[in-house]
Amino acid sequence: MLRLLSFALFIATWWIASLVIGDAKLPAPPVVLAAMIAEAKSGALFLNLGATLARVALAFTLAMALGSAIGYLMGRVSLANRLGDPWLILLLNLPALVVIVLAYIWAGLTEVAAIAAIAINKLPTAVVTLREGARALDPALDEMATAFSFPPGRTFRHVILPQLAPYIAAAARSGLSLVWKIVLVAELLGRPNGVGFEIGVAFQLFDIPLLLAYSLSFAAVVLVIETLLVQPFETRLSRWRLRAA
Amino acid sequence: MQLEVGITGKSFASAAGKRHDVLANITFTLNAGEVGVLFGPSGCGKSTLLKILAGLDHNYQGRVARPAGVRLGMVFQEPRLLPWRTVEQNVRLAAPDVDDGRLAALFEVLELSAHRHHFPGELSLGLARRVALARAFAIQPDVLILDEPLASLDNALAGRLRDQIATLVASRRMMTLLVTHDLDDAVRLGDRLFFLSARPARILHVETIAAPRAERSEKEIGAIKARLSQLDLANI
Repeated sequence: MLRLLSFALFIATWWIASLVIGDAKLPAPPVVLAAMIAEAKSGALFLNLGATLARVALAFTLAMALGSAIGYLMGRVSLANRLGDPWLILLLNLPALVVIVLAYIWAGLTEVAAIAAIAINKLPTAVVTLREGARALDPALDEMATAFSFPPGRTFRHVILPQLAPYIAAAARSGLSLVWKIVLVAELLGRPNGVGFEIGVAFQLFDIPLLLAYSLSFAAVVLVIETLLVQPFETRLSRWRLRAA
Repeated sequence: MQLEVGITGKSFASAAGKRHDVLANITFTLNAGEVGVLFGPSGCGKSTLLKILAGLDHNYQGRVARPAGVRLGMVFQEPRLLPWRTVEQNVRLAAPDVDDGRLAALFEVLELSAHRHHFPGELSLGLARRVALARAFAIQPDVLILDEPLASLDNALAGRLRDQIATLVASRRMMTLLVTHDLDDAVRLGDRLFFLSARPARILHVETIAAPRAERSEKEIGAIKARLSQLDLANI
């Protein structure tokens, strides 16, 4: 209910702003909705959203899997940490644009280059978060697992993974928002489809309704994924914690 | 089957780089069915000794001979339960082969039946300790190590838990090592009492109590305690 109200407030503000600024710069909601429907009817909207989503899913999975493994290793093995740390600092501070442009130059304007570039942008934050998680592992529980001779698989699943879960969730949450942002840049610079490409086209034609139609559809998809996937996952992870009465 | 302990020394370097001797000469053997009690002042290295005996710390001088393939059950000073697993899951993870009947009986003795599906965060310290005990007993250990299982519980509760431990220890022939700094617990539960000195710990005195645990009368217990207090071991 509260969410609906805040959505209505958003639409109202938009509408008033468009009346003040003028249709040329900020079209009113019905105009944008019409553009959205036109794109949906032609199928282009779903094609482009689908392409973007697929890139996000691939790059995100790749970066999370690799980043978690590297981060865990760096948190547990000090040699790995000393070897990896300079690379990590370099990657953390490398602008996304540099990675994307270099990937396109070296690997061509290909899907592989785009996904790799997005994944590389997200990778270091996952590594940093998981490294902290691995450092915070409780040695007392490790001892317990050793004393009761837990096999490695059981220790990992029941002792280590639950301790890392909040860190994985944090890395996923911040990583997802980062990937949403970067994927559009990668598409704008070197892909023939996707939301980023369409926004680039709309920008060149100064087609503001189209630009807003894609931006808002994209935002809607992000919201749906957050509400239906990310938040329930976080709730499930923390179900053993005592809830405030 | 017996546990042979022949530790000649254990030390560690502090953060400042200084060497600290924690254990000196500690030699004893413990037979199956016996309860050995390690009794000594706080901070004398009892927990370090237990860690060595449990095989969690290999960095010491001397040797500890445990019979091959023994199952070890351990109750740490803090319960050390997995907070994200329920009471029953905590026990079953340590003892995957435990059958339902035995588990139910164990929970019955320890008065945990109502708490099977609770998470450790929802339990009091006394209850969490009992879950840790259930976990150690569920694996049907050959060697049982108890690190101050009764510390910081009120008297009534500690007394009940002590009786429960006695019941469980009697139910299976195993080597039990108990750390405590309560003389009463030591005399009621132990067959052989090892009195340790302050750091670096060595054995000052071994007291063997011949009467079986169940047959010790209050009078005998009182007499043994009085005699041991006269030795004034705590202040040597």
